[in-house]
Amino acid sequence: MNGVEYTKEVEPRLLLVDFIRDHLGLTGTHIGCDTSNCGACTVIMNGRSVKSCTKFAVEADGAEILTIEGLASDGNLHPIQKAFWENHALQCGYCTPGFIMQAYWLLKHNPTPTEEEIRAGLSGNLCRCTGYQNIIKAVKAASEELRAKAPMASGG
Amino acid sequence: MTASLCGSRVKRREDPRFITGTGNYVADITLPDMVYVKFVRSPYAHALIKSVDASAAKEVKGVLGVYTGVDLKNKLAPVPCAWLVPTEPPIKVPEYRAVAVDKVRYVGDPVAVVVAESQAAAEEAAERVNVVYEPLPVVVDQEDAVKDGAPRLYEGIDKNTSFVWRLKGGDVESAFRQAEIVVKQRLVNQRLQPTAMETRAAVAEYDSARGEATLWVTSQNPHIHRLLISAMTGIPEQKLRVIAPDVGGGFGSKIQVYGFEAVVTLLSRELRRPVKWVETRSENYMSTIHGRAHVDYVELAAKRDGTILGLRVKTYANLGAYLTTAAPGVPTILFGIMLSGAYRIPAVECEVHGVLTNTAPVDAYRGAGRPEATYIVERMVDILAHELGMDPVDVRLKNFIPKDKFPYTVATGLLYDSGNYEETLKKAMSLVGYQRLREEQRRLREQGRLMGIGISTYVEVCGLGPSKVVRSTGFGLGLWDSAVVRVHPSGKVSVYTGAHPHGQGEETSFAQIAADELGVPFEDVEVVHGDTAMTPFGMGTYGSRTLPVAGMAIVGACRKVVEKAKKIAASLLEAREEDVVWEHGKFYVRGAPAKYKTIQEVALASYTAENLPPGMEPGLEVTHFYDPTNFVFPFGAHICVVEVDRETGEVKIQKYVAVDDCGNQINPMLVEGQVHGGITQGLAQALYEEAVYDSQGNLLTQSLNDYALPTTLEAPTYITDYTVTPSPVTPLGVKGVGETGTIAATPAVVNAVVDALAHLGIKHLDMPLKPEKIWKAVRQAESKQTTTTN
Repeated sequence: MNGVEYTKEVEPRLLLVDFIRDHLGLTGTHIGCDTSNCGACTVIMNGRSVKSCTKFAVEADGAEILTIEGLASDGNLHPIQKAFWENHALQCGYCTPGFIMQAYWLLKHNPTPTEEEIRAGLSGNLCRCTGYQNIIKAVKAASEELRAKAPMASGG
Repeated sequence: MTASLCGSRVKRREDPRFITGTGNYVADITLPDMVYVKFVRSPYAHALIKSVDASAAKEVKGVLGVYTGVDLKNKLAPVPCAWLVPTEPPIKVPEYRAVAVDKVRYVGDPVAVVVAESQAAAEEAAERVNVVYEPLPVVVDQEDAVKDGAPRLYEGIDKNTSFVWRLKGGDVESAFRQAEIVVKQRLVNQRLQPTAMETRAAVAEYDSARGEATLWVTSQNPHIHRLLISAMTGIPEQKLRVIAPDVGGGFGSKIQVYGFEAVVTLLSRELRRPVKWVETRSENYMSTIHGRAHVDYVELAAKRDGTILGLRVKTYANLGAYLTTAAPGVPTILFGIMLSGAYRIPAVECEVHGVLTNTAPVDAYRGAGRPEATYIVERMVDILAHELGMDPVDVRLKNFIPKDKFPYTVATGLLYDSGNYEETLKKAMSLVGYQRLREEQRRLREQGRLMGIGISTYVEVCGLGPSKVVRSTGFGLGLWDSAVVRVHPSGKVSVYTGAHPHGQGEETSFAQIAADELGVPFEDVEVVHGDTAMTPFGMGTYGSRTLPVAGMAIVGACRKVVEKAKKIAASLLEAREEDVVWEHGKFYVRGAPAKYKTIQEVALASYTAENLPPGMEPGLEVTHFYDPTNFVFPFGAHICVVEVDRETGEVKIQKYVAVDDCGNQINPMLVEGQVHGGITQGLAQALYEEAVYDSQGNLLTQSLNDYALPTTLEAPTYITDYTVTPSPVTPLGVKGVGETGTIAATPAVVNAVVDALAHLGIKHLDMPLKPEKIWKAVRQAESKQTTTTN
């Protein structure tokens, strides 16, 4: 989890999101629904974005997980975090960690997304405050920033 | 430098904690020794509780207690309603118990509460509470509920009608007598589920040594929570601390002080342990308030040249099963008084039936009454234009209150502060390319394509509000707000506000204001909110009041600080106060700007206190209460362009232009964010969202699988622009902007869709305009046309 190995004994029925929040105290991953629609609980598990309410904690045994808390490195914000801040892509902030993690996966997967691809890539996450316009703008800006930083990286 | 903060796109200082996952929402709070609560809820919409057997539940490992309505009855006073609108006969307020005692009245009504050592144990035990019900006949629809023989929710409330509220301004009878044309329409403003992404939650801790309770709660107004929870639990106000930490959206649904929150507080005292309750989404949909839920019968009287003469509205407002905190005021005061819209309508009459049904309570949802009023006015203007064969723009231009007539008193009695409605409309028309679009529409129609252009020229009343006025409407308190501005010895500043922003960004914009007013760096100002132990009593954040009321309290406090500082500066400069000039955070003697005292130096002097003018108290701190002299009235013009797929009935928004005027802007970036989000909620009502109950009172839209929130795939890109007509009411010329988008967008979208279908003979369709509904209407219209031509 965010580069740290944890060993815990858990009940088989415990959801991954509850494990992350209640057992590890990483409360940046949120819960917004009980039907896997909202995406507030999105984390990266073994390189793929997952809604952590759809996984049992035991399914994550041995997995590598990245949550919002693990995104900034050495106190430096990740370009996606920075872009969300600069583009006013959040208001109440509740859906934000899920959106940022989903955007992280999206940009890993497709570093040069078109607006349509961004919209499709984020369509499993819900925001009630922003109307999405600035979120889409932020992800676009982050993709440009990431490309500028790593010009030699794969072109997607 | 410092004087230019207001008006700048300053990045939000709230954001670093949210983008790093270090925000602090109520559900994130864990206290040592904490226990968990689960409510047992009624699966019936209307039933007698015959018995509650908790024996099996109590056997679940970790269960500490199960409390029924009977157990709690003597420990908790009923949930109060705080807006008793004046009506004749007087409003009937049914007894509202946090946990039902002998009867349940909607699906989700709590019948018992389980406390356990873990959430899982509480949930397991809740399922084992055995409740025997005797089902009663159910009524869901407000028009059914007022019929003779309808099931009755309460003894003594005839026709399930809590109140009939009336408003009349101008000579309505004469308006309709003189009318050359009267257009009539029944409009349904469907029930909505507010859906803040964070559900409601509460954590309470009781300190028995001190006899003090602390409640962390998802609230838009912590002081109102403290007042009403104190009243329910009997914990004195001074012994109850309410903290609303980061709140994940409210949209009106966290104004209300709910029985659930009082139960959690009470149990922490009973058990002497911290108690936590977090609502699931399905519980949120069942029993957090819903919004809108109107059926409106509307008649508009006009002359053939498009001049509007009068408006008559009869409304059946569904209130749900109980009256929550602000419920009666929403479909009456906040609705009726806005029925003149942006127009000179000489006569307006409105009659609202507030009806109780076996559904979740209905209260304030973003806009709260004003979207319902605007929908009526803006739809009727379009219907009138269609009947007269006029361009809807021309009908609007003909009836707008002209800019030189402000302040203007409308027939409903409000005094509009300032406006320039023609300018916003013309700007929006030019941005969207209105004339060109009309030509394109003609061309597309010839090809059989369905393109429509919808206009909405709204006015909003906000900045609630002058206490004398709101008290006359039956509101439980005044609606002033407060601020404490404390300049510390170091010259750094803490601003304590009575409002409670939860996404709107006032930690930033209020710091911009205070920094400008005090002439200190932005970084030196901290804005504190949400904790009753720290902030002065205030009314909270809703009704687009935070900036125009609570923000102006900060301005008032800052100006008093400067006034005092000036006296101290005069003493330090050994000058007369009237000779001292205040500029950019410095005081100097007129004509000698080189020798000055900074506000920081003055602050320190106020604490060292040896050079204060005679009789002056030490320190540099001011508490200011601001009671506005009037409401403020933002306005604007939104134009929506849609294409309707003839084969599927699907609506695609091609273009959306919003030109809003909220007076002077403190942070245009925040204004834009409010507009984007507001429009998205408004268009979602027009196209997607609807709370649906079946005839037995089961909520069919009880999850996000069934309640259609727009996603990135539905939300369009908005083109936004502004005009600036400062308000003469507020010291900074500002108005509110939190609800404008939601108010404006719904009729803009519906007008566009109906405009796309108008040439087929379709005059109106009720929301939400789902493909199936449109498809059926188009097929029906086509078959009619075929029959006619045959």
